[in-house]
Amino acid sequence: MSPAVLDFEEMQQTQAEESGALTAAGPVNAPSDRSPQWLREKRAAAWETFTALPMPVKKDEHWRFANLKTLQLSPYKQPLPLDEAARDGLRARSRGLENVAGRMVFGNDQLLARDVFSEQLRQKGVIWLPLEEAAVEHPELFRKHFMREEAILGGQKFAALHQSQTRAGSFLYIPRGVEIDLPLETFHWLSGSRGSCFPHTLIVAEEMSRATVIDRFSSADSASEGLACGVNDLWLGAGAKLTYVCVQDWSRRTLAFQINSTVIGRDASSKALTLNLGGGHIRSESVSHLRFPGGRSDMLAVSLADGSQEFDQRAFQIHEAPHTASDLLYKNSLDDQSRSIFSGLIRVDPGAHQTDAYQKVRNLLLSDDAEANSAPGLEIEADDVRCTHGATSGQIEAEELFYLQSRGINRTDAQRLIVYGFVQEVIDRLGHDAITSNLSEFVHAKFKDSPRSR
Amino acid sequence: MTTETATQIGIDRSLGDFSYPESHKFDAGYGLTPATIDYIANVKGEADWIRDYRHKALKIFNSKPMPTHWASKDLESIVFDNIRYYLANGQRATRSWEDVPDDVKRTFERLGIPEQERKFLAGVEAQFDSEAVYSNIKKAVGDQGVIFCGPTEGLRDHPEIFQKWFGKVIPIGDNKFSALNSAVFSGGSFIYVPPGVKVKHPLQAYFRINAENFGQFERTLIIADEGSEVMYMEGCTAPKFETATLHSAVVELVALKGAKIQYITVQNWSANVFNLVTKRAHAHEEAEVKWIDCNIGSRLTMKYPGVELLGRKARGEVISIALANDGQHQDTGAKMIHHADDTTSNIVSKSISIGKGRATYRGLVKVPKHLKGCKNNTECDALLINSTSRTDTYPAITVLGTGNSCQHEASVSQVSAEQIFYMQQRGLTEAQAMSLSVNGFVNDLVRQFPMEYSVELKRLIDLEMEGSVG
Repeated sequence: MSPAVLDFEEMQQTQAEESGALTAAGPVNAPSDRSPQWLREKRAAAWETFTALPMPVKKDEHWRFANLKTLQLSPYKQPLPLDEAARDGLRARSRGLENVAGRMVFGNDQLLARDVFSEQLRQKGVIWLPLEEAAVEHPELFRKHFMREEAILGGQKFAALHQSQTRAGSFLYIPRGVEIDLPLETFHWLSGSRGSCFPHTLIVAEEMSRATVIDRFSSADSASEGLACGVNDLWLGAGAKLTYVCVQDWSRRTLAFQINSTVIGRDASSKALTLNLGGGHIRSESVSHLRFPGGRSDMLAVSLADGSQEFDQRAFQIHEAPHTASDLLYKNSLDDQSRSIFSGLIRVDPGAHQTDAYQKVRNLLLSDDAEANSAPGLEIEADDVRCTHGATSGQIEAEELFYLQSRGINRTDAQRLIVYGFVQEVIDRLGHDAITSNLSEFVHAKFKDSPRSR
Repeated sequence: MTTETATQIGIDRSLGDFSYPESHKFDAGYGLTPATIDYIANVKGEADWIRDYRHKALKIFNSKPMPTHWASKDLESIVFDNIRYYLANGQRATRSWEDVPDDVKRTFERLGIPEQERKFLAGVEAQFDSEAVYSNIKKAVGDQGVIFCGPTEGLRDHPEIFQKWFGKVIPIGDNKFSALNSAVFSGGSFIYVPPGVKVKHPLQAYFRINAENFGQFERTLIIADEGSEVMYMEGCTAPKFETATLHSAVVELVALKGAKIQYITVQNWSANVFNLVTKRAHAHEEAEVKWIDCNIGSRLTMKYPGVELLGRKARGEVISIALANDGQHQDTGAKMIHHADDTTSNIVSKSISIGKGRATYRGLVKVPKHLKGCKNNTECDALLINSTSRTDTYPAITVLGTGNSCQHEASVSQVSAEQIFYMQQRGLTEAQAMSLSVNGFVNDLVRQFPMEYSVELKRLIDLEMEGSVG
């Protein structure tokens, strides 16, 4: 660990020992907080917005199909303190890829570890810092990009809550032309009962730069209740290439919001994949702004739901400029009483000709009690375009199962094999061997832990 | 397409621009109050239960908000106080062509409803304003026991048949506009087809609006008893007026065990009409309901024909063509609610947006718990003619459990420049080539319409495409 970070960590440890109710918390500003004035003001304003906005109601189209009963925020407290033993435990459990350019670990929004990446990259001007440190050391860059794109898919209230509370997460700045080969990895842990965390990822990829970033969300204890409310800001300059992967494995008693915004520059290319494994009620909102000609966005997601999990995913592909492309592929495998909601929209603004947009959601229902809701949408205001979407909901064909069973594979394994095949197609599109195989391990592990296997 | 051709988009609607002096014997005046309801009930001499039903509907209508949280804000431009809710031309339904007033005949002639057509068609009930002015069922159909009349006569003369189903498929409170219709309905068709009767010829009704600021609230209920078959056709064209006109119909279909109903609409409202229609069918065991719907014209059309698949092996189908020109918004779609095993549904929707027109597909497919063997297929294709044209697709599909399959696919495209160039090379003008392309786009659906309708439809499309390109 770099000595330079230590005093910053010490500062974080002085966080209030008692965590109050979140809904009465007010903006997060500890007495020792080094946050600049403008950020404090932003937090205060965000808190105002959060308290002023109503909770979602059934009538709201952005919350159609969603189970609003499980959205209550009142049970949760502000981020809970962690004792040294817990910190050590979480550090030890933060194992991801073998080779990374850097690794950060947060537990209950406190920085627990930061493995420094190569000195070479630092010399090239790459900045990779914990969020709060970045706000202090690079105020201009930070201010210019931090939550500049508003939440537009219904999660305004939760984005405001996040903005008023967030202090954990990573800030990555890649200067012009710099390519980072190895992934940068950030862990966020949620520990204790009814605690909360507010992970933020802010990435500014300048012209012709390239990077791969992985966020991993997990709960320390698979039985504990918790609230996670995260936001992503991804900014791609001209020709930049960014791969972003999120592995979501919160406890099954976690309510989680994840609001992602990606702004794509000229000829830039963004690829984002979310692997949804854990959580009780997961709400995610992903917006791709194809703001300049030549931009491309690949939006991928794999969700494996069982038990009573609800995965509520909303996506928005906004083609603001001509000659842009987007391709969305979400696959859901649904077992037990789980529910999935996919609501997506491809929007082609007037004048955004030569748009090539695609959107596909596929639901595989494994149980009679599982439910899949799909609402893929199109709004097209330019005529020279190619826009297609599709949604399918089905089950494993009896013939497929029979074939595998006749080869001596038992029914449960046969079903799993088919699900692996179903989701692997999405994961493979990342085109990154180490990450692909790591994600596959998670997929397999989820099935070992599933209620049916226990 | 060049911008020049785009700006030249315009519709020659002069063929529909005609109007004859209004002469209304009964007129409920403007606005909607309990007194309006009483007026309508008195004029029609309705039973008390219908009067109560209307009053109840009015209360529900007033209590329901506009559905603008999902629908077009344009709905707010409807001023309910500026609408006349009931007027009739003073005619009771007549039996012979000779009894039809001359000015009405002239309107029909201009519309091109040939007298010869009557010979082909089983019966014509043409609606002029709110009351049926012309009604004729071929003797043979009547002899088979088929009842074909208006709602007033239906509820008065055959309560044992119609009262049982009236308002059951679409309850008053289904939506704000079904409540409005339930309060002030007048005109429309009530049809009963006895068990096993296969009506050979399509039953047909033409609806017309011919009074400014006048809403038309027809009510249609078709009951096809076990094993029967019937095809119903509805066509609309309306003269152009200065201020918006409201049309809000409710159509209920009941297909009992093994029955087949086809309901065909070719609609061409003038560009100031709000056309807000609720259409739904009940399909019982092994029954088949098919909505064939073609929407051209109007300022805003909101129409989502639906089928509740109630019995095993029931089948529902919606075939929809929408054409939106400048200032028009076609918000159409389909609903398929599966309630029984082995039910199948199919939705095919094609839309064309011209100039600044906007075509929207809105769909709902639901397969609830523990059903087996349900299948839905949805296809939506949109064609954009100009760079200012707009199209939207908003499907919603809910599937529970295994053993069912749903698929939805939508695409948006434009007329390919190569195709147009190829046809121009062969000596067609750009406009002809465009028209041909558009007709080709919808051809596979148009072919499902009865012959005379597909001819009319092609003519309408040609009309709309006229002048759309240089």
